[in-house]
Amino acid sequence: MLKVNSIDCGIVIDHITAGNGIKIFEKLKLGEVNFPVVLLINVPSSKLGRKDIIKIENKIDVDLTMLGLIDPGLTVNIIENGAIVNKMSTHIPNDVQGLFKCKNPRCISNFDEYATPKFKLAHSNGKIHYRCSYCEELTTYNI
Amino acid sequence: MSLKGRHLIDPNDFSIQELGEVFYLADRMVEDRDAFSSICKGKILGTLFYEPSTRTRLSFESAMLRMGGTVLGFSDAATSSVSKGESIADTIRVLSSYADILVMRHPKEGAPKLASEYALSPVINGGDGGHQHPTQTLTDLLTIRQYKGTLENQTIAFCGDLKFGRTVHSLISAMSRYKGSRFVLISPHELKLPEHLKSSIAEKYGIDMLETENLEEAIGQVDVLYMTRIQKERFFNEADYMRLKDSYILNRSKLKNAKEDMLVMHPLPRVNEISYDVDDDKRAVYFKQAEYGIYVRMALMALLMGVDANAQSK
Repeated sequence: MLKVNSIDCGIVIDHITAGNGIKIFEKLKLGEVNFPVVLLINVPSSKLGRKDIIKIENKIDVDLTMLGLIDPGLTVNIIENGAIVNKMSTHIPNDVQGLFKCKNPRCISNFDEYATPKFKLAHSNGKIHYRCSYCEELTTYNI
Repeated sequence: MSLKGRHLIDPNDFSIQELGEVFYLADRMVEDRDAFSSICKGKILGTLFYEPSTRTRLSFESAMLRMGGTVLGFSDAATSSVSKGESIADTIRVLSSYADILVMRHPKEGAPKLASEYALSPVINGGDGGHQHPTQTLTDLLTIRQYKGTLENQTIAFCGDLKFGRTVHSLISAMSRYKGSRFVLISPHELKLPEHLKSSIAEKYGIDMLETENLEEAIGQVDVLYMTRIQKERFFNEADYMRLKDSYILNRSKLKNAKEDMLVMHPLPRVNEISYDVDDDKRAVYFKQAEYGIYVRMALMALLMGVDANAQSK
């Protein structure tokens, strides 16, 4: 079994569905940073079977809305002096702005820079869709 | 409760009570139009029509002129500053200081909502793509209310282009809020009501909709038959338009099975979906409906500008 040291101060993103780790790594632009980051994939997990983990040896701003869109249910642990001081889990966000575009080609938000739609969560046909505040069309978010 | 300073982007921006306030004033205007001929003296309506429209624009202009106000604006984006690439936000920031109230028609969906976020005066959506056309909806509601005496417990059939027809989308959405509404959707398979609209109404109001492709089969059970034009400009393909345009034509013989007090409504202009032989039938109210459009726009503008509608002309 591969061993990775604990971090002293920073963030651990845990319980990532296997396969999503690389997506989150890229979204957080962790390939461009100058501090230590570890991406672990396919780690055995009693809860998930397999999971991905990201360890970041620094405190950075993490957008929980964006993480919730990619992988609702993961946990974000804030580490100080080697101990967890805050633990947050993500969920499917109710409101999203600025993270994806409206799929309706006739929506004003695809033509006018001033129009940044606010998306509201709308469940439909068992899938998760977001309703655009401008045109009210449903958009499915695909990472 | 005051509508002064508010925008109208979606018919559901107003509560049932607020809509009632508009209809109450419109009723008074229907009864005695001349009494309101100077309530908007000194007021200016700005008409921002980014795509051609004769009826809606003239209806708004007529409504303002009949209340003693004046009108300025453009009716073609090609001759305005927008043709130089100006954003809606910049256009509206400037033009809303030139007028006391604005009406905007735009081919892109959500454009009037964007305008309302930057406007200094009330903005009325005069139609945005296939999305909403709230003043047509208010016109339709006032018509039903005038003839039926209520907006509750009505079975409304929508016939024709339910996919792209924004008047249909707006009216279904507005009528869903009234108690006892039922809908019958009559359209070719290719032009069915969008799924997102059906699901949101089912989720929000629990209204079941009957879908059929056959106009004659459904006509006997409805209180209002709302006909729509199958619009050529909504098709990408001429062959599809030619194949579907005659699908649903209402004529006198199809009216045989309809209720005696059923209303035949149409947002106009019609092409051939209602035969001329229907015009003389007492159930055909579409020209009266167009007339009510003036009154409802008069009432709406008066209330959004907060003019004193009781200061009637003597």
